Amino acid sequence: MPLALLIPAGLGLLFLVLPLAGLLVRAPWTTLPERLTEPGALTALRLSVQTATLATALCLLLGVPLAWVLARVEFPGRRLVRALVTVPLVLPPVVGGVALLLVFGRRGLLGGWLDATFGITLPFTTTGVVLAEAFVAMPFLVIAVEGALRAADHRYEEAAATLGASRWTTFTHVTLPLVAPGLAAGAVLCWARALGEFGATITFAGNYPGRTQTMPLAVYLALETDLESAIVLSLVLLVVSVGILVALRDRWMTTA
Amino acid sequence: MSDRLLDARLVVDRGAFRLDVPLRVAPGEVVALLGPNGAGKTTALRALAGLHPLTDGHVTLDEVDLDRPATGGWVPTERRSIGVVFQDYLLFPHLSALDNVAFGPRRRGIDRRAARATAREWLGRVGLDAHAQRRPRQLSGGQAQRVALARALAVAPSLLLLDEPLAALDARTRLDTRAELHRHLSAHAGATVLVTHDPLDALALADRLVIVEGGRVVQEGDGPSVTARPRTDYVARLVGLNLYRGRADGHGVRVSPELTLTVADRLDGEAFVAFRPAAVALHPARPEGSPRNTWAGTVAGVQRHGDNVRVQLDGPIGVAADVTPAAAAQLRLIPGQRVWVAVKATETHAYPATG
Repeated sequence: MPLALLIPAGLGLLFLVLPLAGLLVRAPWTTLPERLTEPGALTALRLSVQTATLATALCLLLGVPLAWVLARVEFPGRRLVRALVTVPLVLPPVVGGVALLLVFGRRGLLGGWLDATFGITLPFTTTGVVLAEAFVAMPFLVIAVEGALRAADHRYEEAAATLGASRWTTFTHVTLPLVAPGLAAGAVLCWARALGEFGATITFAGNYPGRTQTMPLAVYLALETDLESAIVLSLVLLVVSVGILVALRDRWMTTA
Repeated sequence: MSDRLLDARLVVDRGAFRLDVPLRVAPGEVVALLGPNGAGKTTALRALAGLHPLTDGHVTLDEVDLDRPATGGWVPTERRSIGVVFQDYLLFPHLSALDNVAFGPRRRGIDRRAARATAREWLGRVGLDAHAQRRPRQLSGGQAQRVALARALAVAPSLLLLDEPLAALDARTRLDTRAELHRHLSAHAGATVLVTHDPLDALALADRLVIVEGGRVVQEGDGPSVTARPRTDYVARLVGLNLYRGRADGHGVRVSPELTLTVADRLDGEAFVAFRPAAVALHPARPEGSPRNTWAGTVAGVQRHGDNVRVQLDGPIGVAADVTPAAAAQLRLIPGQRVWVAVKATETHAYPATG
């Protein structure tokens, strides 16, 4: 085997693993239990889990129909729509946050109207966090579900029709169960992405403890005041990420 | 109820291909659409099911127009009184056998408990009570086929459609399943249309055969009449006969410029002549004596065929002959070999090509 490939490969692996090892080495293992149960850490963790879960629910509600349309409906400009859906994947999240502010901010395109008509304010609220996370995470779900829908045999839907099932019943009773593995994988990826969201959240929702300060934001803040606390919070996110990876590997990636 | 529960003329244009098949099926009757691959059989079935719209013609079931492009009449698949057994069954993989069969009754507004009771009864009828909770992937091919049949019949459809119902099974299972399928089709009160490319399936299961080639009906009738009087090379091959078309004048049928076959039947005008490969005798020299048709041919191919040897011969007409292995060895039948071909007039069957 050529060394010219092996050496950079080894360096690459080291580069990816070393920082994680550093996190484990520097972790304050003795004071870990107290630090984990500190009110600040718990609040941030709870808020993160809540907003990521709500964002995933929002993505499922809007993203599954979007994926279905992309997979099953022929319309002009479908490729363009698919490209648009994937933009948040490559867009720097901060830019996403700015864009959200321009639309949903108090003087934004929709925000002003929402404020005047319903008295709804989105930026710098927990709802704002959910929107920012959903904006960044939705493409993961749409892409996973669209792929699953394309791979699923649409003749099952024809079989359902011959048995008297309407389009909607076919969708809920046949199509969705058929793509369940892909849907689950997409939802988990979506949730993980939402949980780690930083840039769009801090731009659109700010950094208010208990209201918009999610785990990644808490880590960033703690880094300036209390390094050990930042390490502990990072450790929690690392454990969650690895957990998701393992879950996806064992339960979905292989069968999907 | 009229004597034709299903009355259809299926016209579907697909690019350069046009399907145009008239089809009438009485209550309780089983009709097989038989034809080679690409003949349009599956398209015909999909048109009956409403999975493919007609270009022209009509599908009328129980005096209701399901599809009639001329008047815009259209009933979508889910509202047609049909049951379909697909070639690879398409059992829902996420549902048990029981829930697969209960799916149709449930969609027709029957509550869960009653739908399951109906499903259980149908699984019993196809002999699968013990497998009610199995998922499709835990069923053998034959079992899956029976679940698919139960699922299609559980809604008591006016029209039952089967697409190559036995094609996915191995030979042994096929034999058992064919007999059982015949029993269920005979018991079905509605009309049944079955699509197959296997003449044995068609003959065993159907009351009437409709032979489709290139999108058109080339022959129609019950099993015995189709097998005795094939009208195209495809049908002749299916039933294993040599078939020629020619001009009859009394007991002679001119099947090629150089050859007029003497036949037992007497007729005039355009005619078919058919005879079995086993009725063909091969000789090293021109045979003498008894009234028979003889001509010189060249061996084009030799193959094992059951216990015998099937010999393909070129000559004024191409012909298949079945001879014993001993005779084949004695005649040194190798491609290119010249032999004399003889067929007795009494072994031939001649019939008019028109009507």
